[in-house]
Amino acid sequence: MTAQNPVVSMTDISISFPGVKALDGVDFRLFPGEVHSLMGENGAGKSTLIKALTGVYTVDSGRMTLAGEDVSFSGPADAQRAGISTVYQEVNLLPNLTVAENILLGREPRRFGGIDWRAMRKRAKELLTGLHLDVDPSSLLGDHSLAVQQLVAIGRAIDVEAKVVILDEPTSSLDADEVAELFRVIRELKSSGVAILFVSHFLDQVYEISDRLTVLRNGKLVGEYRPEELLRIDLVQKMIGKDIAVLDDLERRTHSGQSGGDLDGERPIVSAIGLGRKGAIEPLDLDVYEGEVVGIAGLLGSGRTELARILSGVDRPDTGELRIDGVSRRFRTPRAALSARIAYSSENRRAEGIVDELSIRDNIALALQADKGWFRRIPKKRQDELAASYIAALNIRPANPDALVRNLSGGNQQKVLLARWLAVAPRLLILDEPTRGIDVGAKAEIQKLVANLAENGMSVVFISAELEEVLRLSNRIAIMRDRRLVADIDNDDLTVDSLLAVIADGSVASGATS
Amino acid sequence: MAIATAPVASPTRRAIDRTRGVFTSPKYGPVLVTLLLLVAIYAIGGARYRGFLSGPVILNLFVDNAYLIVLAVGMTFVILTGGIDLSVGAVVALSTMIAASLLQSGTSPGVVIPVILVLTSVLGLLVGLMIHVFAIQPFIATLAAMFLARGLCYVISSSSISITDPFFVAFAQTRIPLGGGMSITPSVIIALLVVIVGLVVLQFTRFGRTVYAIGGSEQSGMLMGLPVARTKVLVYVISGFCSGLAGVLFTFYTLSGYSLTAVGTELDAIAAVVIGGTLLTGGYGFVIGSVLGVLVLGTIQTIITFEGTLSSWWTRIFIGVLLLVFIVLQKVLTARRR
Repeated sequence: MTAQNPVVSMTDISISFPGVKALDGVDFRLFPGEVHSLMGENGAGKSTLIKALTGVYTVDSGRMTLAGEDVSFSGPADAQRAGISTVYQEVNLLPNLTVAENILLGREPRRFGGIDWRAMRKRAKELLTGLHLDVDPSSLLGDHSLAVQQLVAIGRAIDVEAKVVILDEPTSSLDADEVAELFRVIRELKSSGVAILFVSHFLDQVYEISDRLTVLRNGKLVGEYRPEELLRIDLVQKMIGKDIAVLDDLERRTHSGQSGGDLDGERPIVSAIGLGRKGAIEPLDLDVYEGEVVGIAGLLGSGRTELARILSGVDRPDTGELRIDGVSRRFRTPRAALSARIAYSSENRRAEGIVDELSIRDNIALALQADKGWFRRIPKKRQDELAASYIAALNIRPANPDALVRNLSGGNQQKVLLARWLAVAPRLLILDEPTRGIDVGAKAEIQKLVANLAENGMSVVFISAELEEVLRLSNRIAIMRDRRLVADIDNDDLTVDSLLAVIADGSVASGATS
Repeated sequence: MAIATAPVASPTRRAIDRTRGVFTSPKYGPVLVTLLLLVAIYAIGGARYRGFLSGPVILNLFVDNAYLIVLAVGMTFVILTGGIDLSVGAVVALSTMIAASLLQSGTSPGVVIPVILVLTSVLGLLVGLMIHVFAIQPFIATLAAMFLARGLCYVISSSSISITDPFFVAFAQTRIPLGGGMSITPSVIIALLVVIVGLVVLQFTRFGRTVYAIGGSEQSGMLMGLPVARTKVLVYVISGFCSGLAGVLFTFYTLSGYSLTAVGTELDAIAAVVIGGTLLTGGYGFVIGSVLGVLVLGTIQTIITFEGTLSSWWTRIFIGVLLLVFIVLQKVLTARRR
């Protein structure tokens, strides 16, 4: 492959924004028929590099060539014409138009000066069949699942006879089956000679699909590697630039803290008995003991978020009961659950979590204020103390209580959200995907924090799509599958593979269900 | 195939599902509901009043509302992009004033009409540029244009100017016979032409599809390489042009120019578009729906006239209720899909 000439080569690229050097002399090359992963933490410059390549940003200095010729694009449309297509993290298509239009709009077949709908549908159908997708091209895009929409976006990307396809976090909202489907399509593209630039936070996926890796850190190039020559631990180290010992330490601690049966005889602080809600989860039993981390594993749509929403009073159950300290309770609102010291941090950080336009201090004080009632205002001084102590304890950056949360990175926003719930001193903290979309460093810090909280007696329900993370943190793991609780296992000798087996088959081989 | 479509069901079941699918789709549902509503109102009118279902009554709907149909077509373009144009009523008044004063000073109609259409299009262009370049809310930009246009009316004259120009008078009095004692005005033909052009442009041109794309997601449209900026400005030019044309048709209808005319017409046009099934947030809707919306408004008005004892305010009350129902309906249809 190295004998070939790169289809894209970027040399010594620099881009500055006011106050920030977003890219500083970065080199990047992409060969035909390879999948090249761009790795780095949030803010490392991955998006900036992609946007430079597709003409969204103009470069301050440096040289870009496409198929050996110097290029500079005026925008995504211009780059697309030259053969560089991008599929973005959030599906950037139009849910209100048909699948066919979403694939072909902008270069639609014409007849008598107007759009030829019949030819358009036909061409879209051919393209979708080529991707082995059974989708009606005249259906509305919005009626399909996110995964299908993502694949339609790829269909659009390759219809232009693209030389280069950029996939920016295409897998962040897909489940395992859908990722497999996406990878099948990527491999087909690759074998037809298309160069693919792949960005993902999931290391497993990066190692599965990539032929080559380029690592960026703080806008600078760290290096270009082949995945088979770079251990994961080394890759992570290169990405975060500091010692990974934090993670190892964490692992040792949670595992030594586990002794399996020591919780017997105690009364659970929260127990669900036959708890269910039509269309959300089948009736299930689940106990959470003091100082315990219960991981909930399962695919997207398996009912893990639905379970969290019922436990925390966001949604009401139609069957079964929820007992707090052995007393049956019915929460009509999340606020009622909060007064029983159950806090829920939503997976949808932006829409259901942080308040963009408020400061760090206001965001932290929000839940406590709601719990006290709006007419008993928390004094400014107390708010300041709260903010200062959590900023220090959780290492929130910038360490300025007046900073607007909107301007924080994803990891820091998550920490603010955690601080908000910690401020009400919950007995049970339900965390739904607290580490999604945040960088490795912040991820490690949040995991460490969860472990610390549990050590100090708080119970945590921890939901994550990343099985390794669930395994690392949890004392016990509840596995959801197709809206049913299929297993509730002590985390003694579980591995990712054994978890996957339960998720895939819905039964536990060892019969360890408690 | 990991990602499959709906499971296979019996043919009748599928037919039911498909019908339900069409009615609950945010794309077709509201338009179909409007069509059913129009039929229902006609049926009620026909059952209650003698002569309601006659040809002349129905044709008069078009004659009386030709200008509103033209306005509604322009407004459909704007609302499809998720915008709004509050200036159309004032621009209609301005057009009648320009027409009346120019004709009074002896300018030929062959000059007057193009001047009006160009001026109102330019006003639309300015509004569009303001919205696009300075990222001003369409509500505010068109509100400013509304005050500007209304103010300019008074600059021309604060009193009513009647039109005696032979061409305008002849145009106003021409009736095109359709046989059976029924006839329409040339304005109706013009309005229907505008509808057809609007339909074709929205359905069969890249510009038209970009209008929908902007309503779906401006950001996505831009990333897909569609001409978002140009289209966003152009819809206001179209709305400006349609307002000018509607103003000319309105002048044929009233044979005068008056500063205080067509107050609140922009709200009628918006109401017609929304009742016609176009989503206020943009992205879904059809020109034909807006025509149906105008007809619903017109029919309600006719019923109230036939009733005789009801004051004309009842029209407003009915329209208000309808609007509420339709906005709730849209909300339900789109929320269900998310």
